[in-house]
Amino acid sequence: MPLVFAGIGSHAPGITGRAERADPSVREDFYESYYRLGRELQDARPDALLVIAAEHFANFFMDNMPAFCMGMADYYEGPIEDEAWLAIKRRRISGNAVLSQRIIERMLAEFDLAYAQEWKFDHGIMVPLNFLTPAYDIPVIPVNINCQGPPLTPLRRAYEFGRKLGEVCRDLPERIAIIGTGGISHWPATPDSGKINEAWDRKFLDAWLASDVTALTAYTDEDTHRDAGQGGFEIRTFIAVSGATQGHPGELYFYAPIPIFAVGCTVARVHL
Amino acid sequence: MSLYYVQKLIYHLNRDLYARQRYEDDFDALLGDYDLNEEELAAIKRPDIGLLYVMGVNGQLLMHYAALRGYAWDEYIGAMREGLATYGQVRAGLYLTTDGEGAV
Repeated sequence: MPLVFAGIGSHAPGITGRAERADPSVREDFYESYYRLGRELQDARPDALLVIAAEHFANFFMDNMPAFCMGMADYYEGPIEDEAWLAIKRRRISGNAVLSQRIIERMLAEFDLAYAQEWKFDHGIMVPLNFLTPAYDIPVIPVNINCQGPPLTPLRRAYEFGRKLGEVCRDLPERIAIIGTGGISHWPATPDSGKINEAWDRKFLDAWLASDVTALTAYTDEDTHRDAGQGGFEIRTFIAVSGATQGHPGELYFYAPIPIFAVGCTVARVHL
Repeated sequence: MSLYYVQKLIYHLNRDLYARQRYEDDFDALLGDYDLNEEELAAIKRPDIGLLYVMGVNGQLLMHYAALRGYAWDEYIGAMREGLATYGQVRAGLYLTTDGEGAV
């Protein structure tokens, strides 16, 4: 069955953890856009939600860093961070190990995809779920692309991974939704926190909305690091969603730099 | 330099309840499990968040260690800026600063 829903959204921990410090009018517009994406996701009645995220050393470290990994468990837990720090209460989130395994088996035909039978969700997944499925009532299958510890997963491979993932999902009887979470330009957790390159973000989003694979995969890591910061490496998650939905146009629901959230806050959907 | 082990220690403190308990019970014993030089040991124990940042500890790890040691968000950002002023530019890794000013 074709993917029933696809979109992208920001996941910076300040979105929930430092909510009270943002301009309320901008913050509420952003939140409402995220809730709208969530309502539309739920209207699509997915059997599972694939969340392609860029995790931040919650489960994977440089002693054994996979380029791609997918969860294969019946439940997960999150957030791994301090609940008060993230302002999200820790909970168990349902998964679907059997469905994960079927997806992984098919992915392995082209990708050496690692799997994990336990996974502690960090803000990269918990912040989006907080808005998209506030009742946590859709089984989640987490996917990680290495955006943190160089050498990083190449952009072209992230795109092709998404393309294969979309192909696999189309062959399944289940209704699958997919969300990519990450930042565009940002310098998180550094003295430059709050710096955002809006022009760079908008150029990237234009390419993403147009499903322009050539433009999306033309960035070098050196350019991204210079122009979009360490957080800019997380474009891999958005690019993977583009691969999974190749050729389909996107619609931007929200974009605005919110410095105290340390990212250009983004919500967008793919029209499938 | 053993930046890798500095980061591994912090990774364990962030995610491993057993490591967190050992931190509370006998921090020196826990530190003995990692290949750390004198400067790294001192920076971790003090803690000198600014120096850890300059050493190249990834911010996605460091911000949680700072929180563990009682740093509020603004104090964490301030500590890194002080580190830059005291020790100079980041020595290794991805988390070098551009101008260290940010926007908040």
